[in-house]
Amino acid sequence: MTDVKATFPHLGNYFVPLEVLFTAGIEVDYIVPPPITNRTLELGTRHSPDFVCTPFKYNLGNYIESLEAGANTLVQVGGACRLDYYGELHEQILRDLGYDFRFVNIGSTKLTKPLTFYNILKEINPDMTLKNIARVLPVVLKMIQYIDEAEDFIRKNIGFERNPGEFDHTHQRFLLEMRSIRSKKELYNYYIKYMNIFKSIEVDKPKKPLRVGVIGEYYTIMVPFSNHFIEKELATMGIVIDRWMNLTNSVIHDFRPEAKEHIKNYVTFDMGATAMYTIDKALQFAKKGYDGIIHVKSFGCTPETDAIPVLQNISSDYKIPILYFSFDSQTSEIGIKTRLEAFYDMIIMRKEAV
Amino acid sequence: MSTKLYLGLDIGSISTKGVVIDAQNNIVASEYIWTEGDPIGAVKKLLPIFKEQLGGKDYSIAAVGVTGSARKLIGVITGAAIVKNEITAHAIGTISLYPNVRTIFEIGGQDSKIILIDNGFVTDYAMNTLCAAGTGAFLSSQAQRLGVKVEQFGEIALTSKRPTPIAARCTVFAESDLVHKAQMGHTKQDIIAGLCKAVVANYLNNVGKGKKITPPIVFQGGVSKNSGVIKAFEEAVENEITVDENSHLIGALGVAILARKTRAEDDFKFEIADIDFVTRGAECGKCSNNCEIICIYQDDKLIDAWGNKCEKGTIQK
Repeated sequence: MTDVKATFPHLGNYFVPLEVLFTAGIEVDYIVPPPITNRTLELGTRHSPDFVCTPFKYNLGNYIESLEAGANTLVQVGGACRLDYYGELHEQILRDLGYDFRFVNIGSTKLTKPLTFYNILKEINPDMTLKNIARVLPVVLKMIQYIDEAEDFIRKNIGFERNPGEFDHTHQRFLLEMRSIRSKKELYNYYIKYMNIFKSIEVDKPKKPLRVGVIGEYYTIMVPFSNHFIEKELATMGIVIDRWMNLTNSVIHDFRPEAKEHIKNYVTFDMGATAMYTIDKALQFAKKGYDGIIHVKSFGCTPETDAIPVLQNISSDYKIPILYFSFDSQTSEIGIKTRLEAFYDMIIMRKEAV
Repeated sequence: MSTKLYLGLDIGSISTKGVVIDAQNNIVASEYIWTEGDPIGAVKKLLPIFKEQLGGKDYSIAAVGVTGSARKLIGVITGAAIVKNEITAHAIGTISLYPNVRTIFEIGGQDSKIILIDNGFVTDYAMNTLCAAGTGAFLSSQAQRLGVKVEQFGEIALTSKRPTPIAARCTVFAESDLVHKAQMGHTKQDIIAGLCKAVVANYLNNVGKGKKITPPIVFQGGVSKNSGVIKAFEEAVENEITVDENSHLIGALGVAILARKTRAEDDFKFEIADIDFVTRGAECGKCSNNCEIICIYQDDKLIDAWGNKCEKGTIQK
């Protein structure tokens, strides 16, 4: 073991597979960032440029809290939008604040060339072996997929549970125990066991429940704190929540060619980051006759801002209501509640009228 | 047998509105007062006024409905049968008066919204986000700067032949533009008319962006009392704008109707005006989230609390 204590900012519940990747695959210690709270956001906001997108602020807050918890190696990735500049800026800000750490920016590699990727992982731990990473990586990828499948099921059912809190508690247990799993076979059995538990949770689901699709920007959609727990809020109103966006669908598989084909009547050019998926899924939810769509993004997210006019066209073509949310570090809770309640009233009144 | 009546309260950031309706949705009592940052105080002030307006009639208040940004708080202290968001309340109120309405413009003290309706159902809506540009509060502060009463704004605006163009994107720009134009020698009535136009331009560019505005259009909220803004709207959307005589009360009316529809039989008494309600804020402190928890006490007894994001902060009653 080295004295490396690596960390990566929170994204949904993926800290579980990430921890396995770092500890078992790269063989270094991993510091799970403390759960995101108001303090995380305050720290991140205080030291970020005011107009940077909100995920940058959350990431920075995670880094600071992880550094406080003993992390000494910070990892960042890149992407097809401003995310590509995050790493450089995070590193500079944290250095200016006087922290001592190593910064490994995967964003600076070309993922299409596996060797550079391997080299950058080597940067985290020079003693890392290819054999080990080849053994652990498939387990990590499966973990991501199973988490995504379980959470998809939860979103569609949690609003109807008989005993409030049952899904949440089972979900927490599912994630906690998964952290010790290291083999694919063990993981598979574990997954089957838990899916059966999830499916056995008693639900009161009407025959034709309200269905709402959630679409939008990568980070805001996957980090409940950053969208004010909008999915949970909606579910408790008794709504089936459908969200396609997750790591399985965006990083492990590449659905971009399909998305582009689906939406060719609406979009000619690639619009960057998640905009194509946003539009593709909106169209799909509309075609499936969903009761409504909710679009979430961080304030100032350019690709998702560009997607909005297209969404408005889909909304009017298919007569499906779309509610737009733009979150930043100072969004008022009551404003979100008011809009969500009105959204619920609108879709239920429409449904009852039909 | 006493008549069953229904009370609707709309407690906004700037003003508190209330109506009492009968079973046919006729308004039998109504009042509009300033909230002045004290929603509980405003409601306590409002209730005796209703009692007086209803006089010696033989009636009972069968249900209370509450809307507006202080709806949760006032809902608890009045034991409301229904607590509804202001978007739904406005839509229900308007549809009861104008069943054919297709578009509702609403501009209040701090917020503004647009509601689109088709066949008596809400199909789309939007509310201003992040910014209170072009709302009543902005007009009030500019009226003060110009030394006129905001109530006279409309009248003065209508006398202008050449409204001064004023930047509409943001109140900060609008204000500096206004100061600049005044110092250049533009007349007060032209500036006021220009402000009314700026409010409309801002509304249509922000809240109304991407929404298809179809007539009949109904305009309501406090700002709908301003004839200058009505005129600016009519010019901008090239359509007639309907403004009800009770256009400031529609939210309260809507929630009163919803209260009636709950079929509650509560027999609400106006006496709560004499009960002592106190709210206290406390920081949870059980994690670094530090949720701010609000506790509501009735005569020193805790009746409700909220603000916690997780179960750790639940307060036992």
